[in-house]
Amino acid sequence: MHDMSHTVHHHAPPTSFIRKHIFSLDHKVIGKQYYGLALVAVLVGMVLSWIMRIHLGWTNYAIPGLHLLSSNGAPGNVMTPEYYLQLMTMHATIMVFFVLTTAPFAAFGNYFLPIQVGAEDMPFPHFNMMSFWVTFVAFLVLVASFFVGDGPTLGGWTQYAPLSAVGAVGGPGEGMGVVLWAASIAIFCVGQLLGSLNFITTTLDMRTRGMSLWRLPLSAWAWFITSCMGLTAFAVLMPACILLILDHVAGTSFFVPSNLVINDQLQPHSGGSTLLWQHLFWFFGHPEVYIAIVPGMGIVSHVLITNMRKPMLSHRVMVYSMGALAVLSYMVYGHHMFVSGMNPVSSLAFSFPTLIITIPSTIIVLIWLGSLYGAKLRINTASLFALGFVSMFISGGVSGFFLAQPSIDIMLHATYFVVGHFHMVMGVAAMFGIFAGTYFWFPKIFGRMMNETLGKVHFWLSFVGTYCIFMPFHYLGMAGNVRRYQAFVIEYMQPLIPVHRFITVAALVTGAAQFIFLYNLIHSRFWGKPATDNPWQATSLEWSTPTTPPPHNNFGDKLPVVYHDPYQYGVESSTGDYLMQASPEQVKTAYDEA
Amino acid sequence: MGKFFAVTIVVIAIASAIPILRHTWWMAPDISTHGAPIDEQMSETMAEAGISFLASQIILALFIWKFSSSRPSDPIKSFPGGAKAMVWAAFLLVGTEVLALGVFGVKAWANVYFAPPAANAMPVQVQAGQFAFYFRYPGPDGTFGPLHPDLISESNANFYGIDVDHDQDSKDDIVTAEMAIPVNREIHLLMHAKDVGHSFFVPELRVQQDFVPGLDLSMHFTATKIGRYEIVCTQLCGLGHYNMKAYLSVMSQEDFDNWLKKQAAMQ
Repeated sequence: MHDMSHTVHHHAPPTSFIRKHIFSLDHKVIGKQYYGLALVAVLVGMVLSWIMRIHLGWTNYAIPGLHLLSSNGAPGNVMTPEYYLQLMTMHATIMVFFVLTTAPFAAFGNYFLPIQVGAEDMPFPHFNMMSFWVTFVAFLVLVASFFVGDGPTLGGWTQYAPLSAVGAVGGPGEGMGVVLWAASIAIFCVGQLLGSLNFITTTLDMRTRGMSLWRLPLSAWAWFITSCMGLTAFAVLMPACILLILDHVAGTSFFVPSNLVINDQLQPHSGGSTLLWQHLFWFFGHPEVYIAIVPGMGIVSHVLITNMRKPMLSHRVMVYSMGALAVLSYMVYGHHMFVSGMNPVSSLAFSFPTLIITIPSTIIVLIWLGSLYGAKLRINTASLFALGFVSMFISGGVSGFFLAQPSIDIMLHATYFVVGHFHMVMGVAAMFGIFAGTYFWFPKIFGRMMNETLGKVHFWLSFVGTYCIFMPFHYLGMAGNVRRYQAFVIEYMQPLIPVHRFITVAALVTGAAQFIFLYNLIHSRFWGKPATDNPWQATSLEWSTPTTPPPHNNFGDKLPVVYHDPYQYGVESSTGDYLMQASPEQVKTAYDEA
Repeated sequence: MGKFFAVTIVVIAIASAIPILRHTWWMAPDISTHGAPIDEQMSETMAEAGISFLASQIILALFIWKFSSSRPSDPIKSFPGGAKAMVWAAFLLVGTEVLALGVFGVKAWANVYFAPPAANAMPVQVQAGQFAFYFRYPGPDGTFGPLHPDLISESNANFYGIDVDHDQDSKDDIVTAEMAIPVNREIHLLMHAKDVGHSFFVPELRVQQDFVPGLDLSMHFTATKIGRYEIVCTQLCGLGHYNMKAYLSVMSQEDFDNWLKKQAAMQ
């Protein structure tokens, strides 16, 4: 920990429009830019899911205007089988990388991590700026594949080889589409590596006086743990994508074995391994699940504590549990490969840590539940979404019990059960974390309150709607409904079509409800009720800034000094039932752990 | 609103559990000799996961109901036992669950993957390619002829790349588009991928296994019920993935012998 209480200026406030709003070095602007990118990405991803859902419910239904997106992909506004797969791949890639990774981690983390540790910025502002713009370029490269050659790749976000590596002969989008996909993801990795580096150094080196590691709020801990995962996971995915590109453009065969025959043509490849791709991909892929959800856990804990008016049962147990998730996330990745042809002994070796990872997850849930006991719970949109997150995380978590076991996985692998599981636990739960964070921190970011009534309508439609969409996915999976099918022509799947139609209607309604959020966001940004510096009576440093929104260097001329643990609620202080971290006032507290 | 939220959570939790309890949408009935432990494992996991799910959601709802209406003057209370109780509970409850599921799960998995096929198991080869399965029976000599990928030709109906002119073992091989097997006879399935990754999934047989290009795998099973079932592909293999299927006919030994003779005559 450094003595940072003296005034330090890494960079003066910018004056030009470009430096202020576009190529900004300010972590707060970069955080907002990440949020904006995630917002655009989530809208694209959601519209894609609507188109897919309509197609799955009513396969021959002509969706007005769809041919404008691709005249080949949707002649007469009806999707071709391959175009369904192409849109599915783009939906997943956009959501996983550009929404679930960028919003809870890069957006909120960028804005609030430096403020929560009491710093005026991150240590490498230029790297920080680069990380956003590199991510932006990655998004453009991905979206470009809609308009190049025969469209985006159809291989799914997992891009299993050799389909992804044999080139155009594999099907539409498997040539240039895959190259653009892999290039986009490799570029994305660069952005996340730069970001992770900044997050780690910010947490370790930029803490203000008095801010010991144990005094960091849970949100800051979550971003720190996530950045440690990011640094190792993206460092594996990036070379994997580069090797995949080389298989396309340089005549290598990293992922393609010999003697493959496609369209009666013997392929000019030899010596590669198809399972190598799966190992590299999932070594990244499983930590990625936690990269998406751990920031949500931190944000939700932070929001819940403020609205419960009491700290978690144990700050340290929460931190250790999130840390355990991060460490274990690297040892469980093989559970994606139980039926992949991997050695069956390895399947068992991956099964045990997968079952064991349930223990830290359960501890986290029990701490949330136990902390609710005896709380003075405030119900507002932020806390509703935070509690919704807990409910959704439980629902998505218990289905993990099934998928952790190879013998049951025989029945559920590649079915809608898996789709239901991951949408609930890392999709919807993470989205609820983003919403909780948005409603909670919006007043600090923009100096205005969001509309609570609209917020609650948004919450109710989203909460009930997402259960209506994703719970039936589990039933479909139990009945053997295979995922990644554009139509259900298999006889035993045809009786399941009414369930798909129900899901489609629920998805359209729930999706439409998100426009209430969008309206609320935009309207409140300009016309919302002005916010005070600390509207929720919260304790952490982001609520101690001299102005709202915070000034360019966050804390004005003098960095704050921290005197307390992050969550001094339920105390009797001069301010009420809480004591801010930066307040020198001393009160008796039952919760001093550090 | 807190109380309304609590009720909503309970209603959703119970409504979610009803189709599971009623088996409204459930696994197809098992027709294999190895499936019983898998089904048992599924039921036990469902019971344990179901109880965890309902208990957690109801406790969440209960606490929201009770503590969202606290008055400002109410003192803050701490959960009896504190965090230590939670950590112990997680280790004991989940730890036991993990051990139980893990140990029984190993048994179910070992039944499928660690036991070698019986010496008299009937070999059948299956080749997966975009977007069809083809099956090969070794014929009276009991031996499969070698494969020549360069000879594969859909237009000449040489799906496997068999050279009947030069390979003695290939002369009596029988290639079919439908899979037929005799009931109550162990089958040793030899899996070969022609182009990209595919998978072999027959829910009733309790088998799912990927085809891995460059790596020939095998598995074995015994079907116990005569009938016609669907083999579907579960590994995304390209634009025709959704329609990649074949039929599996489980027949009496007599019907199977006749079927095989008929197929041999058609080669």
